[in-house]
Amino acid sequence: MGFVTELKDLLKKNIREYGMYIALIVIMAIFSVLTDGTFISARNISKLIDATGYIAVLAVGMTLVIVIRHIDLSVGFVAGFLGAVAAILLTSAHLPVIVTIPIILALGVVIGLFNGFLVAKLQIPAFVASLAGMLIFRGGLLQATQKSGTIIIPNASFNAIGNGYIPDIAVIPGFHLVTLLLGALTIVAMFISESKSRRNKLKYNFEVVSAKIFTAKLIFMSLIIAYIAFILSQFNGLSWTTVVVIVVTAIYHFMTTRTVLGRHIYAVGGNPEAAKLSGISVKNITFFVFGSMSMLAALSGILYTSRLQSATTTAGVLFELDAIAAAYVGGVSAAGGVGKVTGSIIGALVMASLTSGMNLMGVDISWQYIIRGIVLILAVVFDVMTRNKKG
Amino acid sequence: MKEVSHTTDYILEMRNITKEFPGVKALSNVNFSVKRGEIHCLVGENGAGKSTLMKVLSGVYPQGDYSGDIVLNGQVQSYRGIADSEKAGIAIIYQELALVPDMTVYENIYLGHEIKKGRTVDWNETIVQATKMLDKVKLKVNPEIKVKDLGVGKQQLIEIAKAFSKNVNLLILDEPTAALNEDDSANLLMLLKELRNEGITSIMISHKLKEVIAIADTVTVLRDGQTICSLDAAKGEVSEPVLIKNMVGRAIDDIYPKRPKKPLGEKVLELENWNAFDPTVGRTIIKDVNFNVRRGEVIGLSGLMGAGRTELALSIFGNPRDYKITGDLKINGEKIALKTTGQAIKNGIAYVTEDRKGDGLILIDDIKQNITLANLKSLAKNGVIDENEEIKIANQYKESMTIKAPSIEMKTGKLSGGNQQKVSLSKWLFTKPNILILDEPTRGIDVGAKFEIYTIINELIEKGLSIIMISSELPEILGMSDRIYVVAEGRITGELPIEEATQDIIMAMATV
Repeated sequence: MGFVTELKDLLKKNIREYGMYIALIVIMAIFSVLTDGTFISARNISKLIDATGYIAVLAVGMTLVIVIRHIDLSVGFVAGFLGAVAAILLTSAHLPVIVTIPIILALGVVIGLFNGFLVAKLQIPAFVASLAGMLIFRGGLLQATQKSGTIIIPNASFNAIGNGYIPDIAVIPGFHLVTLLLGALTIVAMFISESKSRRNKLKYNFEVVSAKIFTAKLIFMSLIIAYIAFILSQFNGLSWTTVVVIVVTAIYHFMTTRTVLGRHIYAVGGNPEAAKLSGISVKNITFFVFGSMSMLAALSGILYTSRLQSATTTAGVLFELDAIAAAYVGGVSAAGGVGKVTGSIIGALVMASLTSGMNLMGVDISWQYIIRGIVLILAVVFDVMTRNKKG
Repeated sequence: MKEVSHTTDYILEMRNITKEFPGVKALSNVNFSVKRGEIHCLVGENGAGKSTLMKVLSGVYPQGDYSGDIVLNGQVQSYRGIADSEKAGIAIIYQELALVPDMTVYENIYLGHEIKKGRTVDWNETIVQATKMLDKVKLKVNPEIKVKDLGVGKQQLIEIAKAFSKNVNLLILDEPTAALNEDDSANLLMLLKELRNEGITSIMISHKLKEVIAIADTVTVLRDGQTICSLDAAKGEVSEPVLIKNMVGRAIDDIYPKRPKKPLGEKVLELENWNAFDPTVGRTIIKDVNFNVRRGEVIGLSGLMGAGRTELALSIFGNPRDYKITGDLKINGEKIALKTTGQAIKNGIAYVTEDRKGDGLILIDDIKQNITLANLKSLAKNGVIDENEEIKIANQYKESMTIKAPSIEMKTGKLSGGNQQKVSLSKWLFTKPNILILDEPTRGIDVGAKFEIYTIINELIEKGLSIIMISSELPEILGMSDRIYVVAEGRITGELPIEEATQDIIMAMATV
């Protein structure tokens, strides 16, 4: 098979998986042209990635919620509320950051287990249960910020989470060395793990792509990673927000693809009846997924509050919808059982690119909403069409 | 509609009806004639083609989907859908009632053909008319009561009243008494007789031969998609032995591989005074079951669909439907309570489900993931799956079960029924069970794959497993079992060593 035909064939077969990467590249290319390169500048890309952080971690959790055929609408205001609680703990209670963060994450887990209780034990539809949660935590946020209004956080180390960058080892003007090194390390790690997995597949006579395509794919991925590292290193380097997102994504990616728990989650989503008859406790899985969701909502609240260096009365508005949109754009199927956390991260970047690009172009906010809505519809139509296609 | 010769007093004639599904001929040149004003019963084993025939008649399978003619009142019909057959006066009442529980009786009766005054619904007239329809079916209830507050027997009558409201002239009932208790059944049969005296023609599909004998004027027997005979009650042609002989009368061929007779081992599973109440339907579905399985034995669990065989299996297998259970379950002589499917699996029980696609396999996942799903923990260290080991295991089963697929990475949704069943079996064998429950293990798979499944069953018995095989196919039960339990209406109505079992005896026990 020729290189081009194989490439075409590969794209056609895996269009579900590659669709969002293509969409992201197309969107970025269009905005780069329309803004005369401002969009693709180091400064803008760096800001764009940082601005995606608090939605990205929500999207990771939302992926699992949608995979098990539920939804969680409460995450936005859980993030807002817990962000405000964090602010109060830091300012009024004068707790150190290292104590505050575990407390907030634990509170998130508690809230999530309560949601899980409503959904798994009391069998309340997740839509309704989390809608109630949305109202309750919006009220909670207003209560928390009622006396003081916006709570300013004067804690530098807390604020660094949302605004700071990883330190550098040597000063080279215009370049962040550690970021470049990390990029190089990532590329090496990717080469090793991909080659190992390919060798393994060959050992079991599984279908693999030809050596040419494999090399081309590795080079392409390396170029992207190198480019991102290069861009970021030109502007302050890797931010702490990005580090948090990468760590969360890595943990969840490992959990979903390699562990028993991950497999059980996808089994419950793929066919709850079959999962139950296979000895999997659908209830426990539901508890876990909702618990993890709200814990990530707490993390999202920390990222957002730290980014603004304050807790505001409107924190968390529409976060849940952005996270849900990111998951759908990232290829999570509304029918359950399908979707990758890495896809949702790309979905979040797609949505953030739209916002950033349209802001640079000065598109009116009203049109921004309309266009993002249309993109979401297109993503779901794409999902339905590729799902029904027999292949 | 073209005119054809108006011959006799037949209200309905179905001529040379043939209906094919991919790979299966469900009906082959079936002739079925119903006289005006009679009660005509349609009997046959599961899968004989009764329901398919009724779906052809009601337009579920539209004109062109089948070949042959439907002649109603002397006119050839061509239905494009259910709406057309309803317009022609044909009403089918299915086993699963199609009422909206939260609506009132009168709303349900006129649902879909509301009585209107101008552009709005005339509720007063609706209530008046609904009351008349209820009178016709001799049901005295307040039409303003909600349907969910009535028992199943009364709900059935409301379905009939609904049919009358559409000016039905041919009433078809599919297993109308399957879900009814004795009083309600008697009541319904009485009503059918009264309706016959008023000139209404009905067709009743039933497994309960005693009922059939009690009310039928004519009985038509279907077997393997063909009309076997039409018997006239007035001429004394209808009797239980005659019906059973015609229903099952086919030779058991040698598709059942023999296995050497071995002395039976100890009891591995026992049920004592086992009862299960299903809160979702509000009925006791398993009643006073006493049951045992020995090591190295194939137990055939026979009975008609809906008799409670699957429910019995599930009540043993960790009770996933949350029935309320009383009675004792013993494994290897020790009393034990299995509260979840996980516990059942740990205690060496495996259940291969009847509905492979519905609750057996995860069709969007591949062969490998399906095979390991029920015992993933055995492949994991600290919760992380050893993927190489998983691939090895899956390949072993693919080979030993001869699963035909290019690789273990093939999605199970794309496999044939026989191969899906082998994946399902592999999955459960990987849990290393001592007791394997097979629910309709060969439904919907071809003869070749059936033989392979039977061979696997024999190999497992050889290894010392015990198997409970639920099956609606009597030849399969007789060909594979060492001992047979017959289930009817949630009870064990008979226990037969294989030497004493015949199709007739089992059928008689299953249709009490």
